[in-house]
Amino acid sequence: MPRVVFTPNLQRHVACPAVDVAGATVREALERVFVDNPRLRGYVVDEHGALRKHMAVFVDGQQLVDRAALSDAVTAGAEIYVMQALSGG
Amino acid sequence: MSTLLVSTRKGLFVVTGAGADARVERALFVGDNVTLTTVDRRDGAWYVVLDHGHFGIKLHRSDDGGVTFTEIATPAYPPKPEGLVDKDMWGRDREWATKGIWALEPALDADGALWCGTMPGGLFRSDDRGASWRLIESLWNHPVRRKWNGGGADHAAIHSICVDPRDPRAVVIAVSSGGVWRSPDAGATWTAHTRGMKAGYGPPEQAEDPENQDPHCVVQAPSDPTVFWCQHHMGIWRSTDDLASWAQIVVEPSSFGFPVVVHPRDPDTAWFVPAHSDQKRTLIDGSVLVNRTRDGGKTFTALRDGLPQAHAYDLVFRHALAIADDGDQLGFGSSTGNLWVTDDQGERWHAVANHLPPIYAVRYA
Repeated sequence: MPRVVFTPNLQRHVACPAVDVAGATVREALERVFVDNPRLRGYVVDEHGALRKHMAVFVDGQQLVDRAALSDAVTAGAEIYVMQALSGG
Repeated sequence: MSTLLVSTRKGLFVVTGAGADARVERALFVGDNVTLTTVDRRDGAWYVVLDHGHFGIKLHRSDDGGVTFTEIATPAYPPKPEGLVDKDMWGRDREWATKGIWALEPALDADGALWCGTMPGGLFRSDDRGASWRLIESLWNHPVRRKWNGGGADHAAIHSICVDPRDPRAVVIAVSSGGVWRSPDAGATWTAHTRGMKAGYGPPEQAEDPENQDPHCVVQAPSDPTVFWCQHHMGIWRSTDDLASWAQIVVEPSSFGFPVVVHPRDPDTAWFVPAHSDQKRTLIDGSVLVNRTRDGGKTFTALRDGLPQAHAYDLVFRHALAIADDGDQLGFGSSTGNLWVTDDQGERWHAVANHLPPIYAVRYA
C-alpha cells in the first residue's frame, strides 16, 4: 500500500502520523486518510478538493501534476509526501 | 474587570484591567496569525479566526474564557456552476473559495447563530455555534455582487456586520469595495444603501454607484439605530435617517482612516483614528491621534494625551479600535505593535504594550 507522510509543520495543528493506505491515485490515498482524520482535510485541500495553493505533494520524489483532481497515479509501494511549499512564506 | 482580546500576526493576547492598570495577561496561539475575534455575550463563547497561510483559514471557539479551544467549521463556498461568468477586475475567473474572514458577529435572532463575512465577498450564517455554515445565496447571487472588487486586497470582503437592535432579523453589511447593504429579513433579500456617498477612484459618472463605494468600516448606534457612522475610503459619512441617505463630514487634519466606533448610549459621540491620506498611508507629522466628536460630527477634538507625537508610523486597521460597553473604555492597536487604552473616553491614553506583533483587531469580551 502507498505510504502517506505529512510535513512536521502540520503536526502542531492536527496530529497526522505517517500512514499506509490503499489507493491507486493521490486522491484515493488522501481520501482514505481523511476518512479516519476528517479535520486534516481542510488543512491540505480547499473546499473543492484541490490542493491548497501553498501546499506541495511529491510522489516518489516527483511533484504532483494534477493539483485540482489529484489524479496522479501511485504504485503499491509509493511514498506520498505532503509538504509546505516555500512559496507560502 | 474588563478583558480586551488583541488579534495579531503572531498570536492572540488577552489584556485585563482598565486604563493605567491594563496589562497583557495571557498569550494564546503564539506564532499563529490571528486575524479577528468575536465574543457572543449570550453564552460567553469566544470565537477566534486564524489564517494559517499554507493550511487555510480556521475558526476556533472557547467556551471557558480562553482556557481551552475547539476547532469548528470554516465557511465553505459551493462549487461555481458550470458556465457561470464571474470574473474579477482583472478578468480572471473569480475563485469561489474562502480566502479570509473579515467579519464575525452573533446573529441575535436565534440562539447560537452567527454571521460571518468573508473574502471574496460571501456572507455566511451558522445556526449551531459554528459547527456548520451556509452561504447566503440571495446576496452572493445578486447580480451587483459580481461587480464588487477588492479594496485593500485582491478580492472584495465583507468587513462590517450590524445587527439591528430594533429587530434582530435586520442586518446591515459593508463591503470593501462593494457598498453598504441591508437585509430586513435575516438575509433573504438585500438592498444597497449608499445615497450620498461618492467614490473618487473611478470614472466620475460612476462615482455614486453603490458597488463602487469603499466603506472601510460601518457601525450602527445602539442607542439610536437610525444613526450609522462610516469611515469610507474617501472620508467620513454619517446617516441619521436609517440609511435613506448619507452626509459627508470633513475633519481636520484628515478624514482618511479605517476604524470607527460609536458610544453605546450616545449616537452623536464617535471616535476615529486618522491616517495622513489615501496617497500616504502613514500618520500626520509622525503623531498618533484619535478624533472624537460629541455633536454628531459638527466638531471634533484631537485626543493626543499619552500618545506619541513624534516619529510614530502606526497605522490602525479597521478592526483595531474598540469600545467597551461602559462607553468610557476604548482600546486600539497598531500595525507596529503598539497597544493603547483609555478609561475616560480618550482624554488620557495609556500604553499597554509597545512590542506586540502587528495588531489586526481588538475586541472587548
